[in-house]
Amino acid sequence: MTDLAVKLAGLSLRNPTLLASGILDETGGSLLRVFKSGAGAVVSKSICLNPRAGYRNPTVVELENGMINAMGLPNPGIEAYCSEVSKAVKAGAMLIGSAFGKDEREYASVAKEFEKHGAAAIELNLSCPHAKGLGLEIAQSAEAVEGFTRAVKSVVGIPVMPKLSPNVTNIANLGIAAKRGGADAIVAVNTVKAMAISAELRMPVLANKYGGLSGPAIKPIGLRCVYELHEVVDIPIIGVGGVTTGLDAVEYFMAGASAVQIGTAMRTRGYGAFRLICREIQHFMEKEGFKAVSEMVGIAHE
Amino acid sequence: MSNRHIVKIDKISVECRHTKTFRFRAPFEAEPGQFVMVWVPRHDEVPMALSYIDGLKGFTSHAQGETTNALADFGIGDRIGIRGPLGNSFEIIGRRILFVAGGTGIASVIAAMETAVKGGRKVVTALGAKTKDELIFVKRAEKVGEVHLATDDGSEGYHGFASTLAERLLESHKFDQVITCGPETMMKKVVSAASKKRIPIQASIERFMKCGIGICDACAFGDRLVCTDGPVFDGEYLSACEDFGRFRRDESGHKVPVK
Repeated sequence: MTDLAVKLAGLSLRNPTLLASGILDETGGSLLRVFKSGAGAVVSKSICLNPRAGYRNPTVVELENGMINAMGLPNPGIEAYCSEVSKAVKAGAMLIGSAFGKDEREYASVAKEFEKHGAAAIELNLSCPHAKGLGLEIAQSAEAVEGFTRAVKSVVGIPVMPKLSPNVTNIANLGIAAKRGGADAIVAVNTVKAMAISAELRMPVLANKYGGLSGPAIKPIGLRCVYELHEVVDIPIIGVGGVTTGLDAVEYFMAGASAVQIGTAMRTRGYGAFRLICREIQHFMEKEGFKAVSEMVGIAHE
Repeated sequence: MSNRHIVKIDKISVECRHTKTFRFRAPFEAEPGQFVMVWVPRHDEVPMALSYIDGLKGFTSHAQGETTNALADFGIGDRIGIRGPLGNSFEIIGRRILFVAGGTGIASVIAAMETAVKGGRKVVTALGAKTKDELIFVKRAEKVGEVHLATDDGSEGYHGFASTLAERLLESHKFDQVITCGPETMMKKVVSAASKKRIPIQASIERFMKCGIGICDACAFGDRLVCTDGPVFDGEYLSACEDFGRFRRDESGHKVPVK
């Protein structure tokens, strides 16, 4: 009998498929609906201290092989969002709070509130590629990744997982920095900085001009990043980027991920995505003789 | 491949002082009740119900904010982006259908009224607006059935709300279904009146929208999404939904009261 349950950074997950941040996570009701649809855990929208309206539309571009988005980190601020967190947690969802801010103190205060309201872990959004003056600068500097991780680790008791950007020259160095800062796990990767242009209108489509590419188009980049990180750090890695099928998840496990996050696939496979992907992982494991997900983690490195 | 089509505006009709219908050739078929995301270049992209689904497609825009005011200055031949058709559609049930619309809400249901009549159903409409000049699509509605008008100021038809008119029609006539679109407080009254009589009801809901394709959660409505679970919801869900007639979300996702 195959077992999909995984233990990761002290968390016991019923399966290795998590909802990625920024997808269907504005309200407690939506988070709960995704958890009930079969996700192992749900990651919240990225939340900062004060409300942010985000960018104007167009905020998404649909492509054949993925999607570019520049939402602009809209969120109601941690104080208002706590009621959404409580609603999902009280109804039984395992929730990971995604925090961001303008400085270390803001990250730390948001993380503390998440913990107080029942979040099981904190994901640090250090790498949102389309927030001016936020995100990318942190994710590109090893000192900043280490410093921000340490700042949050020092104020919460739950696991802390920085989410790294693929828009860097050497992601391995940033993984090492995250571990040095005390990270319990690493989430890799965020979206890839991208652009779409309307030929007829002769202008970029996104109101913010630049956005983040997600979906199947970036799976090879995500796999490469997870593989590089697994070579240099021994803390768990959560793979993100283009996971649409169970086989995609298995490829991430073999590159070194202990679990995966699913986002853009919600558009193509709907709420059933988690159950379908879990069933596909299970089929693969039965066919290939794996009894636990952990047996697959990192085996592509041998 | 992207489902965002850049189209030229083929025809513009002025419906009333602040409201225009923009017609365009679209490479898609749509169902009554569906909407499109209209990209007004250099301004924003906003959801608009399709008020025409046969031949030249069209949407009807009430100029009330920065983007819709900018759109009002667009002329024939100007280009806009259209993403869609998006969302679900009205499902016509039974033989006699009461349509209740307020303000530009009629633009969301007029295509359903025409489709219902084409399918041999009988349509009765309660149509309301603030004042006589703001009653739109009256002739189109009269072509498909009996129309009862209401204005808040009494300048035309019944002096009062379309919802009150609807309550009276529900008392005096027998209907198999009610379909409504307009201000949410109006729809709430209509849903409650129809539900009391155990008549199936569907309402088209509006919320601030970003992706339009069911991923960003900006248009969260209860535990559903207006863009993909809606915009049409049935009375059963609406009666149970804690947000209906009470709360919407602003651009940041903050819960604010429905006006």
